[in-house]
Amino acid sequence: MAGPGFSGGDFKHEEQVFLGFTRTQLIAFGLMVALVVISPFFLYPVFLMKVLCFALFACAFNLLIGYVGLLSFGHAAYFGMGGYLAGHAAKEWGLPPEIAILIGGATGAILGLVIGAIAIRRQGIYFAMITLAFAQMVYFFCLQAPFTGGEDGIQSIPRGMLFGVFNLNSDMTMYWLTAGVFLIGFLLVHRIVHSPFGMVLKSIRENEPRATSLGYRTDDYKLMAFVLSAALSGVAGGTKSIVFGIATLTDVFWTMSGEVVLMSLVGGLGTIFGPVMGAVVIITMQNYLAEFGAWVTVIQGVIFVLCVLAFRRGIVGEIGNWLKVRL
Amino acid sequence: MDEIFGIPAPLLFGQLLLGLINGAFYALLSLGLAVIFGMLNVINFTHGAQFMMGAFVAWMLLHYLGIGYWWALLLAPLIVGFTGVVIEKTMISRLYKLDHLYGLLLTFGVGLIIEGLFRNQYGSSGMPYRIPPELQGAWDLGFMFMPVYRGWVVIVAIVMCLATWLVIEKTKLGSYLRAATENPALVQAFGINVPRMMTLTYGAGVALAAFAGVLAAPIYSVNPQMGANLIIIVFAVVVIGGMGSILGSVVTGFGLGVIEGFTRVFYPEASATVIFVVMAIVLLLRPAGLFGRA
Repeated sequence: MAGPGFSGGDFKHEEQVFLGFTRTQLIAFGLMVALVVISPFFLYPVFLMKVLCFALFACAFNLLIGYVGLLSFGHAAYFGMGGYLAGHAAKEWGLPPEIAILIGGATGAILGLVIGAIAIRRQGIYFAMITLAFAQMVYFFCLQAPFTGGEDGIQSIPRGMLFGVFNLNSDMTMYWLTAGVFLIGFLLVHRIVHSPFGMVLKSIRENEPRATSLGYRTDDYKLMAFVLSAALSGVAGGTKSIVFGIATLTDVFWTMSGEVVLMSLVGGLGTIFGPVMGAVVIITMQNYLAEFGAWVTVIQGVIFVLCVLAFRRGIVGEIGNWLKVRL
Repeated sequence: MDEIFGIPAPLLFGQLLLGLINGAFYALLSLGLAVIFGMLNVINFTHGAQFMMGAFVAWMLLHYLGIGYWWALLLAPLIVGFTGVVIEKTMISRLYKLDHLYGLLLTFGVGLIIEGLFRNQYGSSGMPYRIPPELQGAWDLGFMFMPVYRGWVVIVAIVMCLATWLVIEKTKLGSYLRAATENPALVQAFGINVPRMMTLTYGAGVALAAFAGVLAAPIYSVNPQMGANLIIIVFAVVVIGGMGSILGSVVTGFGLGVIEGFTRVFYPEASATVIFVVMAIVLLLRPAGLFGRA
């Protein structure tokens, strides 16, 4: 399934020195953590929390496209449903935020299990179309189901008390929770990719028939990766609805699926830091261009076209290629 | 004969007709997708936007130039088809050597650009487009009234699908096309200009989408989003039918339209999702699709 551009190029071989990171990656990771810690003192925390939620969402998406070679065009379903269920749990059931976010993740996982089990029966372009169609089905379900509040969405979701101790109504406290969720999710994706399980995933990306001939049940591996990706998307969606106190149809619509594809593409498919970079770029752009209405759609389309035609490695991929290291 | 299964007959036939009309659009659009995919190995995500462009060009021809429905039926597909040729020449043709997924991503981006531009210019609300005077009114079929225009759409769609099938299966041009789908290198070795054939195939598939757009203009209101939601359903139709056969995609398109129409009578809540449920069942039983080759 893999084609030129999805997998690596000419890289120096670097030893993994810590937690599966190479030395360069460790420096990049340290830089990223430092930015996550410092930036709320200079930038608006609510904006940063949005970036972090989408960065986690994009990392989860990239786990599939970058390391298994599966393009899901329906990831909004897990993100949006995770958001709805987390919001519902926090507002109607009065559950604490940490449980609500976990419920968001569980929602993504269960939905991913059902949809993934059917979708992995086809590959390549068909896989993309099937995941998109199922996501649209989830959208129509959310449009009609009573608990989602239809066009209004679920509003005024309480942030609550983390572990019953920390009051999340303070933006800074909420920020540290979001940052924690993001970093745990990021490290989890990194751990998955560098585990023996991740090696099998990459072998499926490179040559599925050969992986099968070596005795791996590739369908089981693909489904497992799909469920993990969907679960992390659900966590990202759940965190987002706790941060903003609202869960709406926008997050389950196909445009959201397109946006997460765009973020990963801009940052660099199959790179560890690419999706984070992509989320920063796209959310910042949306933030500054919000007043121009439909021009945002046009510009996103132009970026899509430019990335595909001339810039397939993405920002982080280009940097890595230039430094001859994997990032 | 007033009630069938406890449902008033006019309601049942009315929804059946509506289902046939939706089915006509599913068939025309999935046919275009199948033709393009067969030749280019690209799933044309811009198809929905090109359907919308067809409707808009018809509206513009009438609004700015006073050119009516009948000429629009001919001119809009030509104009939109030409933009398709430009898109293929300048962008899609650069991706043939890469993973097919890049074609999907590129055409998705192009679709976003087109839709965004139209939304900037014309807003999100719909523009009315009048049914041409020759096709106004309704026939009394005894058991129901049939609006002439709706009957026209179903008939024209069927004729168009058959014509496409005839061109591909029975003409010399069609035989080149089928041969180039199987083995482009060999066909090129025989001196046939395969890249140009790919360009024209894309243009023709796009023109077919625009033709459907003109047909749709008087039924749905002409608005920038009219294609986006439709194309996702058409993707499901394509997955159900499989892209192996032309007639298969036509039959699947009409069949699913009718199933959707019946669902609207018997269980309205599920009418928006029934096609996706059918897709899930088909994928479980026949992963390659009803008419697909594994």
